[in-house]
Amino acid sequence: MTKHHVSTTINGEPAEFLCEPQQTLLDVLRDELNLTGSKEGCSSGDCGACSVIMDGRVACACLALGVEAEGRSIETIEGMAEGETLHPLQRLFLEEAALQCGYCTPGFLVAAKALLDRKPDPTETEVRFWLAGNLCRCTGYDKIVRAVLSAAAEMRG
Amino acid sequence: MAQVVLTNELANQFAGGETKLEVPAENVRQLIRALEERYPGMGPELEAGMAVAIDGEIFADPFLEPIGPDSEVYFLPRIGGG
Amino acid sequence: MDGQGQDFKWIGKRTVRPDGVDKVTGRANFGADFSLPGMLVGKVLRSTHPHARILSIDTEKAHALPGVKAVITAADLPDIPSEEAHFGEDPTDFRHVSHNVMARDKALYDGHVVAAVAATSESIADEALGLIEVNYEVLPHVLDVEEAMKPGAPLVLEDLITGGVTPTPKDPSNIAKRVQFDLGDTEAGFKKANMVVERRFTTKPVHQGYIEPHAVVASTSEDGHTLVWCSSQGHFMIRAACAKLLGLDVSQLRVMPAEIGGGFGGKITVYLEPLAVLLSRKTGRPVKMVMTREEVFRGTGPTSGTVMTVKIGATKKGQITAAEATLAYQAGAFPGSPVGLGCMTAFAPYDLENVKTVGFDVVVNRPKATAYRAPGAPLAAFAAESVLDELAKALDIEPLELREKNAAKEGTKAPYGPRFGPIGYVETLQAVRDHPHYSAPLGPNQGRGIASGFWMNFGGQSSAVVNVNEDGTVVVTLGHPDIGGSRASMALMAAEVLGIDIAKVRPIIGDTHTIGFSDITGGSKVTFASGMAVVEAAGDVVAQLRERTAMIWEVEAEGVVWEDGHALPASTNVGEFEPLSLAQIAAMAAKIGGPISGRASINAKGAGPGFGTHICDVEVDRETGRVVVLRYTAVQDAGRAIHPAYVEGQLQGGAAQGIGWALNEEYVYGDDGRLQNPGFLDYRMPVASDLPMIDTVIVEVPNPNHPFGVRGVGEVPIVPPLAAVANAVENAIGVRMADLPMSPPHILAALEDKA
Repeated sequence: MTKHHVSTTINGEPAEFLCEPQQTLLDVLRDELNLTGSKEGCSSGDCGACSVIMDGRVACACLALGVEAEGRSIETIEGMAEGETLHPLQRLFLEEAALQCGYCTPGFLVAAKALLDRKPDPTETEVRFWLAGNLCRCTGYDKIVRAVLSAAAEMRG
Repeated sequence: MAQVVLTNELANQFAGGETKLEVPAENVRQLIRALEERYPGMGPELEAGMAVAIDGEIFADPFLEPIGPDSEVYFLPRIGGG
Repeated sequence: MDGQGQDFKWIGKRTVRPDGVDKVTGRANFGADFSLPGMLVGKVLRSTHPHARILSIDTEKAHALPGVKAVITAADLPDIPSEEAHFGEDPTDFRHVSHNVMARDKALYDGHVVAAVAATSESIADEALGLIEVNYEVLPHVLDVEEAMKPGAPLVLEDLITGGVTPTPKDPSNIAKRVQFDLGDTEAGFKKANMVVERRFTTKPVHQGYIEPHAVVASTSEDGHTLVWCSSQGHFMIRAACAKLLGLDVSQLRVMPAEIGGGFGGKITVYLEPLAVLLSRKTGRPVKMVMTREEVFRGTGPTSGTVMTVKIGATKKGQITAAEATLAYQAGAFPGSPVGLGCMTAFAPYDLENVKTVGFDVVVNRPKATAYRAPGAPLAAFAAESVLDELAKALDIEPLELREKNAAKEGTKAPYGPRFGPIGYVETLQAVRDHPHYSAPLGPNQGRGIASGFWMNFGGQSSAVVNVNEDGTVVVTLGHPDIGGSRASMALMAAEVLGIDIAKVRPIIGDTHTIGFSDITGGSKVTFASGMAVVEAAGDVVAQLRERTAMIWEVEAEGVVWEDGHALPASTNVGEFEPLSLAQIAAMAAKIGGPISGRASINAKGAGPGFGTHICDVEVDRETGRVVVLRYTAVQDAGRAIHPAYVEGQLQGGAAQGIGWALNEEYVYGDDGRLQNPGFLDYRMPVASDLPMIDTVIVEVPNPNHPFGVRGVGEVPIVPPLAAVANAVENAIGVRMADLPMSPPHILAALEDKA
């Protein structure tokens, strides 16, 4: 099968890759670019473990094709910290114990960042509905929602 | 003499349905030997798949745990969890 | 050191978990995140028939496809004899494990693996699966537990003779085992009762629902040694099962513990791992196998569906005089449902003179049931705690008071025989009574329910090594996979014993070649059992530090004490010496006997039983039948919370799983015996917008058998919610929901029946 050449931007840096037309963006990130922080939980857009930000909108990488990345800007969990400085969401997830197994965590962080980029002052209900596309089986969501609200408050200063 | 309680399954299979027994033994190994003598075939069954509770404390892999003269000993299915 | 009334430096602190940064940056490697050069992709072919004889499998066309490197069927696995296996749940049989991993002679459920391939790409592997020709003779199937128990039902396993019955039956049946526990005389007990309530309950299988699908990489070198990289609840279990199923020496397999993305009991057995090992041995190349979500639903877990009857009698004043339960649990296609644990736990929170529980382990044409958090207990508690509420209502006694009147205490005989040591059940009831949630007002169509739960907790084989580095930092190597933050609690315990800063302690999970044998992570054992090994290994280090200091000071070891991370003279009689820090001693290690390394390999005994009581408020929409959980409080005796935030997390997560079980989750099968909802869209687990905040209260009644008082924590919180929700629904709409899930159609039907 002929592979397609794709030029894109990932975490602010130019990136190029070859992919088969049926390969999902998630497969490309994980298997071609070795960015394994985005996780596969379902391949059907139901669990959100593969959440990325595409041109400013949160998306399931398993529902996008690799070729769709052409000319777009993709943000993944690997680009969230700045050097050794964690994003406030990352730091507060740790300080408030908002993860147990940690498998869903990258997806939650990316989705929560997309929320706070758009809405710096969400209510608890808004956080819960925004994150309703991300499944966590360990935490019961309590500490996740609290950590997102804490991060929002801190980022507002 | 230690008061020994068997599961119904063991009692029916080996001890003619008798679940409560008095057995002289100072540790679990001796107890199982004594039970094997009394009810041939029971020993290997006890060693393979059973846990023991001695005076309320459960041992999953019992062997030399001491048994007091008035101890209550229960044989239980081995337990685990998720 | 009994840990009671002590001031701790680290125990009880909410420190950042040592593996945390890797988990929030995407750096942590889970099962599917590992790759090797030249790696093949392994895939399995699954039966779509719930019950069929495999007449033949033709793999020739699949073999011939370019890029296909190996095709295997049951004929490629040794036909191993029966041998009891202890994977951490009810004992199972390695022969059954083998037949579950790869169907031999018969496919026993929709999703049962019949063949596997390894190919150079995923698309070639998928194409190869389509070229495998399986000739089936389709057989009648049975899914329902009561149908399966009837004479004349299709036989799932043709040689299965019921155990636990005398005389031993001559003919095979689907009933694998009958178990019974009794205390006293229930018949006499019921005669003394002024009120007796009896009810029948049914539940559907539910899946553990971990977000990470099963994944494994196996790589075999020319000398026959295989490296296995996978996420599981026990890498030693993976090694044991692969060796047994494939006829290998244990030392030929080195299993590396990947980070594990949830398990809840669903990863305490093998599925893909032996197949990946076999494929890599056949091809001489690394093989990676990862399940899809559909495969996870069709081929792994779930927990048992059940039919249960519970009968409880009490006097007018609320003294329970007798309790009985008959529990029939689906085992799936092979024996080993957790029905024995259901029998043992059903009435465990209560001090009962007369109690009898009978359980049936029943095979059906469904995936083999696997442990799910407190296996067996939530189901039995759903039935028992529902009947208790009904009884309280009939006697006009507050449900909480009925529980208080009959609560188990230290010295109470558990329904399975032994007497409890110090336990904290009464304390959880008191905490519920004192909690503002318990007396908060309710609105129309709203209701409140409480329910209690029990888990005996567990210890077992555990290993830990504490190595002191030359700069005084410390590496703690552990044998249990860290499934939910256990490295954090292990680091706290090591820092506490050594008296050094937590930042100086780095805990890691060793692989099967680098740390002593350790049982699976499960049964709420790790903080207790692995923690005990860590405390002992760190104590070993302290003893060595005292000996080394004695050499430096030229005194006897007894003349040196260890306090707050420093060696000090035991008394002025010893002499005047400046305190020596761990780092100072470590720096001199070479001159005073070499590296300092402590170790412990133990079989941890004395696990302390755990109790919890939950309060649940719901609102029921009478139009749609939807039940919304408005407020939830989980109270539990943790013995001692080493890291309180992760204890709270266990309570919250268990409650959420229980709420999903109560309200939505179920396996839906068609008449054709095929699973109809193998995906997260149709198998609906709770999402953030379905739940409120979950309040927690940690009660601490220390376990005297653990140096810091730890009890297991993880299992108990999933036990009460099923009944707590059902009791709240009854309180809201006056309808007793005896069948799970309490999904909108079932609620509507129940409301119509009542009207």
